[in-house]
Amino acid sequence: MSALLEVEQLEVGFGSRTSAVRGTSLTVERGETHCLVGESGCGKSVTALAVMNLLARGGHRRAKRLSFQGEDLLKLDDNGMARLRGNAMAMIFQEPMTSLNPAYTVGSQMTEVLRRHKGSSQRVATDRAADLLARVGITAPGLRLGQFPHQLSGGLRQRVMIAMALMCDPQLLIADEPTTALDVTVQAQILRLLAELQRDLGLGMLLITHDLGIVARVATRVSVMYAGEVVESAATAQLFADPKHPYTQGLLRCVPVPGKQRQDEPLGSIPGTVPRVGPGFEGCAFRERCSFADATCAHQIPRKTASPGHDYLCRLPAPVKALT
Amino acid sequence: MLSFLTRRLIVAFLVAATVMTLAFILTRLSGDLATSIAGPNATQADIDAIRKAYGLDRPVLTQFFDWVGRALTGDLGESYFFKARVSALIAERMPVTLTLGLTGLVIALVVSLPLGILAAVRENTALDRCVQLVALLGQAMPSFWLGLILMITLGLQLGWLPISGTGSWQHFVMPGIVLAFSAIPALTRLTRAGMIQAMGSDYIRTARAKGLSRASILLKHALRNAAIPVVAIAAVQLGFMLGGSIVIEQVFALHGVGYLAWESIGKNDFPVVQAVVLVLAVIYVALTMLADLMNAVLDPRLRGP
Repeated sequence: MSALLEVEQLEVGFGSRTSAVRGTSLTVERGETHCLVGESGCGKSVTALAVMNLLARGGHRRAKRLSFQGEDLLKLDDNGMARLRGNAMAMIFQEPMTSLNPAYTVGSQMTEVLRRHKGSSQRVATDRAADLLARVGITAPGLRLGQFPHQLSGGLRQRVMIAMALMCDPQLLIADEPTTALDVTVQAQILRLLAELQRDLGLGMLLITHDLGIVARVATRVSVMYAGEVVESAATAQLFADPKHPYTQGLLRCVPVPGKQRQDEPLGSIPGTVPRVGPGFEGCAFRERCSFADATCAHQIPRKTASPGHDYLCRLPAPVKALT
Repeated sequence: MLSFLTRRLIVAFLVAATVMTLAFILTRLSGDLATSIAGPNATQADIDAIRKAYGLDRPVLTQFFDWVGRALTGDLGESYFFKARVSALIAERMPVTLTLGLTGLVIALVVSLPLGILAAVRENTALDRCVQLVALLGQAMPSFWLGLILMITLGLQLGWLPISGTGSWQHFVMPGIVLAFSAIPALTRLTRAGMIQAMGSDYIRTARAKGLSRASILLKHALRNAAIPVVAIAAVQLGFMLGGSIVIEQVFALHGVGYLAWESIGKNDFPVVQAVVLVLAVIYVALTMLADLMNAVLDPRLRGP
């Protein structure tokens, strides 16, 4: 059986000058949480939007393969794609405050999904919406259904977004930094909720985040993105135990570990900033910031396999162990 | 919601009171009313008699409060020229002006909403620029000139529509088009801007992520939010059309309130002028309130928590 979501050599550009995503490949299996991590602007959100065909105007995508449950998404027209979105594949966003339409009630916005995709009656849809609100931990769902978004807190709105995404029992849930805009305590609650739902409903989840703490807690698999490319991909335990790419190693050094970190020792950081990469760029995009780089890094970089299911994009031989 | 209404009512009352005061002061500033009513050949005795008969010899403040007091009970005084109750005069002319204004507004909305949506959906294409150009031309065109052109083409050459009078609904089509022309540019551009803003918002991305149909995304999710400023401006435009139809009523010989005001200004029939200004101002204020209420219906955030 084919994987739930397969992305091979995805490229996304805006206009002719910027390449936001340069040959990203990743696979999400049924029932697993695949985390896509990286700095702001590395192309993780654009990857997700390209999969959903939700790129902003001017964005264009190209891929060797983009399939969902074996179905070729590149061959679907707008209408065919709309039939899948919100139905078998759903998405939640970073901005709970602005992602709901201010003019309509929570109930109206939730029920229209089921009515559109399953042709349900308003009654059936309302019952389902109330059940799901209760399922995502919202008390008094009947009351909330009649309320407008501005009457809810950010955490509640994100719960509504999650419940709305689940209306049609999706196979795949794409969550684009779902906790970034929330308070720390609410973040933990939402994350726990997502992990629980994923397990109970057997969802395949593509979770986009820049928070390695989140990755460690929920991910089955991790792909690290840098300047529009996946530079390393591995099972979570593998990646944390044995990071191969200098960028992954740098990222892990930036995470404070209680007990391990000495008080007088500064927390790691990666010097420099993410370069803007245009079409025709060759070599490793990280070479300017990498302490191991030399002239050969400006040429085509091979993708290497460290162990089955663990590959990385660096010309250096694997034994460059983190310098901690 | 209730406090919102109360606030709006207080503001409306203050505006109406200000307009009443201004209307009264301005008519007094236009010269000695008794002299102009009496005419050029009148003797001093005639003028004094007129001044006494119309109560113009009383202190200005007394005149003002007398007028306000009567106006509050619906008594707007009597016209010198028409020898009739001012309220009856206005009531008789109002249907013509209202019909004309509403016709203009409906035509304006029917044209500008689809045009604005179309331009927004095709933002920065030739079609979009074309719509904007047409809107600009509409704004630049003097309404009396457009009125005459329409009369010549639609009325005289093609014979499709009557060119003057108020006999049937057809009589209102041409002046309605002319009035609409002044409102179409603003409404089109506002609809376009509102739709572009709405279409770029996060909740439209959500609507697309939900797989909703294009019609639902455009007309249910985007237009509802884009319509909020359009409603407010449409109400103001209707106010303009009612008050500003003086020229059009002239061109098409429609005997509405605008025509009445024009006649009365020429004849220095100050009770009529004062009353027309007052009535139009009250309608204007009522329209703005209506727009606020409609906005509260469209945008739940305005209704308070």
